[in-house]
Amino acid sequence: MTSATSRTGNLPRPVLVVAAAGVLVVAVPVLGLLLRVPWSRFPELVTSPASLAALVLSLRTSAAATLLCVLLGVPLALVLARSRLPGLRALRTVVLLPLVLPPVVSGIALLTTLGRTGVLGARLEAAGISVAFTTAAVVLAQTFVSLPFLVLSIEGAVRTAGTRYEAVAATLGARPATVLRRVTLPLLLPALGTGTALAFARSLGEFGATLTFAGSLQGVTRTLPLEIYLQREVDPDATVALAVVLLAVAAVMVLLTQGGSRRRSKGRR
Amino acid sequence: MTGSRSRAAAVRATSALRVAAAMRVTTALRVTTAFLLATSLAACGSAAGPPGPAAGSTGGGGARDGRATELTVFAAASLADVAEQVSAVVEEQDPGVTVSISPAGSSDLVAQILAGAPADVLVTADETTMGRAVEAGAVEEPTVVALNHPVLVVPAGNPAGVTGLDDSLQDAVLVVCAPQVPCGAAAADLAGRAGVTLSPASEELSVTDVLGKVTSGQADAGIVYATDARRAGDAVETVPVAGADQVTNRYPAAVVTGTAAPAAAQAWISTFTGAEGRRILADAGFVLP
Repeated sequence: MTSATSRTGNLPRPVLVVAAAGVLVVAVPVLGLLLRVPWSRFPELVTSPASLAALVLSLRTSAAATLLCVLLGVPLALVLARSRLPGLRALRTVVLLPLVLPPVVSGIALLTTLGRTGVLGARLEAAGISVAFTTAAVVLAQTFVSLPFLVLSIEGAVRTAGTRYEAVAATLGARPATVLRRVTLPLLLPALGTGTALAFARSLGEFGATLTFAGSLQGVTRTLPLEIYLQREVDPDATVALAVVLLAVAAVMVLLTQGGSRRRSKGRR
Repeated sequence: MTGSRSRAAAVRATSALRVAAAMRVTTALRVTTAFLLATSLAACGSAAGPPGPAAGSTGGGGARDGRATELTVFAAASLADVAEQVSAVVEEQDPGVTVSISPAGSSDLVAQILAGAPADVLVTADETTMGRAVEAGAVEEPTVVALNHPVLVVPAGNPAGVTGLDDSLQDAVLVVCAPQVPCGAAAADLAGRAGVTLSPASEELSVTDVLGKVTSGQADAGIVYATDARRAGDAVETVPVAGADQVTNRYPAAVVTGTAAPAAAQAWISTFTGAEGRRILADAGFVLP
């Protein structure tokens, strides 16, 4: 075998051709965006008060949403992967729904539940707690859409890891809590890293549910995607500049998701 | 004995998995190929069919005499319903013409036309946005076809007891458009005339978002266009605001430069400004120029 064929993993040519087409579908628009960046005005555009407020808000809310995803998602993934509860399939379907729902539908679901006239929202409102139009609403929307990403990552890892080590630990006399803390969770660390980064990246990109549920006010609910959408009305240059900022942060997060799981050759790019 | 049997079973299972995986890949490839084919066909179709006489004859429609004309109208979202009705009138008057409406936010429409989208007529929700198209030489001289006024709306029953742009808004959740959006500029103008500073809970990105938050009861009050209030029907009530009729949003329409169907494009605008168009506009709650 020549090195050329081994480098492409001995894949048949049609697969390579279609794969190349697949790369182009994604890479060309990104390249097109980069070509239009007004580099000379770039620093000024991305450091305007409105842009900075949106960026800071996005990072803050995404971090909070990611934390919530980890706290809620890890136990949830363990239950989905390990338990034999009845209705597990239905449970998984519900948890994964936000993955396939249009963001605006996610937003409407949140709105009709937690909005001021919603089933829970009206009661909260009566108790003096207002969710709508607050930063908390943004975090809720981001958590809603990001949770499945974390759950999927962890659940897959739990299933792949199997139960051998846990079984051994249990025969050695470890209690379930000790097994979880000393064996299961350490095994899941790489997947937790991937899931966390994915959830953060998804939170950062959340648009539809935020707009529908939380509204849009500078410094309170207007995240970076919303600011980009608004700038489009008046300043195409600012739109492109902010889009690149979002793209860069998202790309770093996605890059991080590839770190732990497998070592890969450097010469890929 | 048991070991070898289970090993054989494992081998069988693995090969079965492999076959299944291979089948999945084949299906995925087939689906991908079909998708690629379909997209490229669609792309060819639209590339080969810019609006105009040629498109009509290749489009396989009934008219083969080369007289058939396909007209594409890029219309501001708030005018989409009206534009559809005007198009019906145009099509009735000249059976050789088929009109398709592409509704979107005015900024999007202008951006698309500047990027070479195949439009014949452009109608925007304000003159500033149309100005960008004029400046770029993308459209001919625009004509104002309709006017709209901002109004203060509250959900049915007025739960927060809003009485106008006054102190009654203090404890109410007010939602308006962001100043960058035409309806937001109108809201700011209205507040300026009333001599008040608004403190909205949210500055939405489009007037439909504002209306949605009022009709759903999320907001106690919102500033939208008179036509939106009309469209929402019983879901909202309009609270009179002094000076609202002095704040006007003007909707200009223009023929796109270099259109393949200049006559039909001009005829469409003429119908809009004519008796039929004026009746449709008035029914929708627009003010006539």
